[in-house]
Amino acid sequence: MSEEPATVGEDVLAERRLNMIEAINEALDIMLTRDPDVIIMGEDVGYFGGVFRATAGLQAKHGKNRVFDTPISECGIIGAAVGMGAYGLRPVPEIQFADYIYPGLDQLISEAARLRYRSAGDYIAPLTVRSPFGGGIFGGQTHSQSPEALFTHVAGLKTVIPATPHDAKGLLIAAIEDNDPVIFFEPKRIYNGPFTGFYDKPVEPWKKHPDSVVPEGYYKIPLGKARHVREGEQLTVLAYGTMVHVAQAVCEAKGVDADILDLRTLVPLDIKAIEASVEKTGRCMIVHEATRTSGFGAELSALVTERCFYHLEAPVERVTGFDTPYPHSLEWAYFPGPVRIGEAIDKLLKD
Amino acid sequence: MADPAKPPAIPAETNRQPLSLHVPEPKYRPGDQADFSHIDIGAPGDQPRPDEGVHPSQMAGLAYGLVRVLGDDHQAHGPWNPRLSPDTLRAMLGHMAMVRAFDERMFRGQRQGKTSFYMKCTGEEATSIAPAMALASDDMVFPSYRQQGILIARGYPLLEMINQIYSNKADKLKGRQLPIMYSSREHSFFTISGNLATQCPQAVGWAMASAAKGDSRIAATWVGEGSTAEGDFHAACTFAAVYNAPVILNVVNNQWAISSFSGFAGGERTTFAARGLGYGIAALRVDGNDALACYAAAEWAANRARGNHGPTLIEYFTYRAEGHSTSDDPSGYRSAQEREEWPLGDPVTRLKKHLIAIGEWDEERHAAMDLACAEEVKATTKEAEKNGILGHGLHHPFHTMFEDVYEELPWHLEEQADQAIRERITKFGTERPFG
Repeated sequence: MSEEPATVGEDVLAERRLNMIEAINEALDIMLTRDPDVIIMGEDVGYFGGVFRATAGLQAKHGKNRVFDTPISECGIIGAAVGMGAYGLRPVPEIQFADYIYPGLDQLISEAARLRYRSAGDYIAPLTVRSPFGGGIFGGQTHSQSPEALFTHVAGLKTVIPATPHDAKGLLIAAIEDNDPVIFFEPKRIYNGPFTGFYDKPVEPWKKHPDSVVPEGYYKIPLGKARHVREGEQLTVLAYGTMVHVAQAVCEAKGVDADILDLRTLVPLDIKAIEASVEKTGRCMIVHEATRTSGFGAELSALVTERCFYHLEAPVERVTGFDTPYPHSLEWAYFPGPVRIGEAIDKLLKD
Repeated sequence: MADPAKPPAIPAETNRQPLSLHVPEPKYRPGDQADFSHIDIGAPGDQPRPDEGVHPSQMAGLAYGLVRVLGDDHQAHGPWNPRLSPDTLRAMLGHMAMVRAFDERMFRGQRQGKTSFYMKCTGEEATSIAPAMALASDDMVFPSYRQQGILIARGYPLLEMINQIYSNKADKLKGRQLPIMYSSREHSFFTISGNLATQCPQAVGWAMASAAKGDSRIAATWVGEGSTAEGDFHAACTFAAVYNAPVILNVVNNQWAISSFSGFAGGERTTFAARGLGYGIAALRVDGNDALACYAAAEWAANRARGNHGPTLIEYFTYRAEGHSTSDDPSGYRSAQEREEWPLGDPVTRLKKHLIAIGEWDEERHAAMDLACAEEVKATTKEAEKNGILGHGLHHPFHTMFEDVYEELPWHLEEQADQAIRERITKFGTERPFG
């Protein structure tokens, strides 16, 4: 595996800044160019270029046999992609919203995730299922969900969630090259700019954020390695996607010296980075936007407790969405924002 | 406010006709005299054979009727006669006899405790063997669980099949799959799922990939009539039609899905072939107990796909002569006479009588062939038993349980593999070989 950006000409290109959509589009373009077996399919991804523009221009450049629209049938999209993978292609299907992925679950859970195992390596499913997820865009209960825990529970699937344009490109390339099925959830709230959780303040564009510097050309970020967002001593923050930025902003606002890990990949998880951080700080806050009960935070909390118990100086804190459907008008009351995170930090640092 | 947990009160007005719910019921239950005279089976040779490029809208007669070739006179009739050579016909009969011998032996093996589960295809042999012979050997097949005939027709070793059924140490699938859920990439045979109809959109996707690459190979999938009710089947039909995929969607209508008759998949209202017409897919309804008709239909569909004319849905109208599986007892839900009364007879007997009628076969040779099949299966079974049978020892090294979940073992599976191996030592000590 080649790691991180290539060094050639890096300083020349260092200032090229992209938002997350542009970074994803570039990763797809690079992989379509490099590998003739990569194909992109999904609702509205072809001529139109996707409802979020992630596939804009790709059909015109790579042709209709490589980038094409599909019927509105997530079962059919994933099922056909499994068959294409069995043929030897490397499909990158898009599910328009993570909320719509459920009709394709049987094909993901019982088929894609198990092909290698049940056929003892006769057949594999090297798919990368891209799907925008998460709320904060007034999407209501059908355009806001974070169903990542459903997929981390499935043996055979990998679940990847980028938090920056730089990572989105490198992780997506790694996911496409991976020979296992990967669920690639894109936090749509931060497609156009990092979100600090202060919904009542103006939105900052990615161009002002250091992680919007995206090198040109091919690079990949290995799956299973967390990103150390910030070194700190007081407490460990485990987060991914949008919540990395929200947690970081709250820690900064409160003047907390946090050790912040952006997990990047939920399965396989970078357990070493988690252990090292919690052993150092003795306190751990887990933040995700998804509903609380049986969320991925429960798994993280159990792992930290099982493996770092004697280093802990306070109970692990989970900060999550509430166990309700994502409400439309009360979106910001649902969202695990600065108030909820702030209270958890106070609790962790109380003694 | 009305209570949402309760049905609404029915209006008292009397001039409205009360609705009634129809819950399908098969014609015959245990103890009933079965009579299938209501089924219109048409006559052999009556159906026209259109050009393979025909528009699906011209195929209503073929989707609602029945393509038949072999008549009661045991001769081949009409334009669907595939005019196969006597050698090919004998090979076909040989495969069918072998499948029947194999099924008999494996069924008994399950009853003797050598494995957990088995599924016979008795009465349906023609629906997998004839199409498999009509396809090229490298056309990709996505079968359901009752198409062992494809593997036999493609020359997959019986020994490998039995090793898989026994989940023994030579099982290429490492004991991971329920018996009969075979997989063989070498034979262009997709791994069988056990989840119903999932293979349908996969076959379409494979065919789309083949077409996108400018390949010449086509795909074929098999699904039971009961499973056509799954969303996957309809997704497959939509995708096949939308992309004009070079795929054959075979629906084996054997009348029964465990204890549910075909009425629970909509069979009371229309034919399964007719589903194709609504999608704009070419559709054929075929006598599934007539090996020549099955071959001819598959050959027609393969030609259509290879000519870039698109997909075909073929309904094989047949009868599941035995239980669903070794876990099923059909005497609890259907008339025991159905099998004998089935108006389209037995596929092996009909092909045999045809070969005899054209002077290319006789009873003596047939008896000798049956004996040879039984002997070969028996000898191969003994050979496979040397590799172990299910339940007698944990045949596979414990580490194999964790392999192939992912291409590489992540840390959590390595930890769990260590645990499994520790557990094995705790139970058996270190004397026994372990992995």
